[in-house]
Amino acid sequence: MSYQVNEKGYYGDFGGAYIPEMLYPNVEELRTTYLKIMNEPSFKEEFNQLLRDYVGRPSPLYFAKRLSEKYNTKVYLKREDLNHTGAHKVNNTIGQILVAKRLGKNRIIAETGAGQHGVATATVCALMGIQCVVYMGEIDIKRQAPNVARMKMLGAEVRPAKSGSKTLKDATNEAIRDWINNPVDTHYIIGSAIGPHPYPDMVTRFQSIISEEIKWQLKEKEGRENPDYVVACIGGGSNAAGTYYHFLDEPDVGIIAVEAAGKGVHSGESAATSQLGKEGIIHGCKTLLMQTPDGQITEPYSISAGLDYPGVGPLHSHLYKSGRGEFFSVTDDDAMTAGLELSQLEGIIPAIETSHALAIFNDKKFKPDDVVVISLSGRGDKDLNTYIDYFKL
Amino acid sequence: MNRINQKLAEDKKLLSIYFTAGYPSLHDTKKVIQDLEKSGVDMIEIGLPFSDPLADGPTIQESSTAALKNGMTTKLLFEQLKDIRQSVEIPLIIMGYFNPMMQYGVEAFCAKCKEIGIDGLIIPDLPVAEYHEHYQETFEKYGLINVFLITPQTSDERIRFIDNVSNGFIYMVSSASTTGAKNTFGGEQQQYFERIENLGLKNPQIVGFGISNNETFTQATKTTKGAIIGSAFIKHLTHNGVETIGAFVRGIR
Repeated sequence: MSYQVNEKGYYGDFGGAYIPEMLYPNVEELRTTYLKIMNEPSFKEEFNQLLRDYVGRPSPLYFAKRLSEKYNTKVYLKREDLNHTGAHKVNNTIGQILVAKRLGKNRIIAETGAGQHGVATATVCALMGIQCVVYMGEIDIKRQAPNVARMKMLGAEVRPAKSGSKTLKDATNEAIRDWINNPVDTHYIIGSAIGPHPYPDMVTRFQSIISEEIKWQLKEKEGRENPDYVVACIGGGSNAAGTYYHFLDEPDVGIIAVEAAGKGVHSGESAATSQLGKEGIIHGCKTLLMQTPDGQITEPYSISAGLDYPGVGPLHSHLYKSGRGEFFSVTDDDAMTAGLELSQLEGIIPAIETSHALAIFNDKKFKPDDVVVISLSGRGDKDLNTYIDYFKL
Repeated sequence: MNRINQKLAEDKKLLSIYFTAGYPSLHDTKKVIQDLEKSGVDMIEIGLPFSDPLADGPTIQESSTAALKNGMTTKLLFEQLKDIRQSVEIPLIIMGYFNPMMQYGVEAFCAKCKEIGIDGLIIPDLPVAEYHEHYQETFEKYGLINVFLITPQTSDERIRFIDNVSNGFIYMVSSASTTGAKNTFGGEQQQYFERIENLGLKNPQIVGFGISNNETFTQATKTTKGAIIGSAFIKHLTHNGVETIGAFVRGIR
């Protein structure tokens, strides 16, 4: 079984490029050039230098002693929250802005849910002096006000998506429409491992730095490259894709995905795509997605804006269907509790997205000598208001 | 012979109208189709509404959202159309996104179209290569013509491939845009129209996107077989309801 994308853009049954003809030239240009560009020595050099000097990589692999004691296993946290801009998202935006520059594009668009990808995009656009427009659901603009302010301060224009559920899926629709209307000068930086081929693979490759580092860092700390488990939260699934990437073909490494169950998987207010989704087409790829029997895409719910997406990247659909990945879903309440717990056990306030991954200990029992690496995908500064409201702090 | 091919063989410029099924009211679908035919429209595109219409601008998005809110579904549309061939003779095309068709079952969808008397499909997010590889046989088995889009950015080579796979007409998107975004044609469009004319394609072309009145209809059909009006007609329905369809159509030509 292969977990790499094939030459037609599929992971098993999932993927492809289901796009209107208006987008074909752009997506085709990317498809035929992205690997060539990414393999150029000058590209690699610039990418690695920016990750080191600007983002602050490698991000630490931190042994969480008190968390490990509490759950009687060995927990390592991959500290993507310590990256510049506060999450893993910047790994991908650095990569894509360099691709965009080599393609001669002078305008960038992006979609954002929690605002982390929007901030990471606005940041690299400022860095490169390129115009930036970020689409964000009207509801998300309200619940992620600090990130909206950051994007504006970085010089980006934030355009509200007012259609549909006014969240990430609608912001993505609006970004795609913008690209249709601006096909020549604009590059669309998709923030998750979703979209038409080659986006899922390109984003995964840029994020794969996470698992590349875990390998050598774990070798230093534990004397072995492979942990027993890698754990990540999944909305579209970019941090998860990067965390799993170098372990996909290592059968002794368990892959654990944690989705947002919202108020409960079957409450009608959930974003647990693997449990509730059916094969279909969303944002240009065939994947599992939440929809009505009639094929209308439904509006997901999660307390975390970054997981509030009705689909999941095609790689993850493949991991789910093939059984390579073990999927769990965590409610708002359990995630919030896990976020508070990490804050008080380790002095790290995680993003609410990440808190879902940290709630894995409620559902999965690990052995005392298991090495469990959890992707600490983002920090919680942007979520303080939600935490404050929830815990009446 | 498929009704679309018959119509394309007529010696006239064709006017095709798009509307969203179930809009403005759930059960307007049949009346809109009948009135359009009576008003002299040559072909109709019945929009199967979708929650996330990527290629559409605000007008068609809003009509789709409203139609879904009204209760429109694929099954209901087929139900509304089941006797349509008793009263309507012009070609009928269903235009919609691929996911609802996939969920209905592509083969079942095509079979139902044949049963009702639908002549063709336009599916903006089903790429030509995917169609060619997986679905062409099924569509052809049920006598359905699949219509592909080209845009000013589509290369000559790709247009020739699309021309090869097509057996009805080519939907020429007038400019790089979503539906309803622009309403005049400039020099850029004229150049594009000429470029396509000079390719000498085997399939006739019908222009869509940006046609809203007599002026744009005339311009668009100078070098092509016809034109499609969508957003402008939806706007007319929104403001005037379904009683004045004839007046709208008479204003176009």
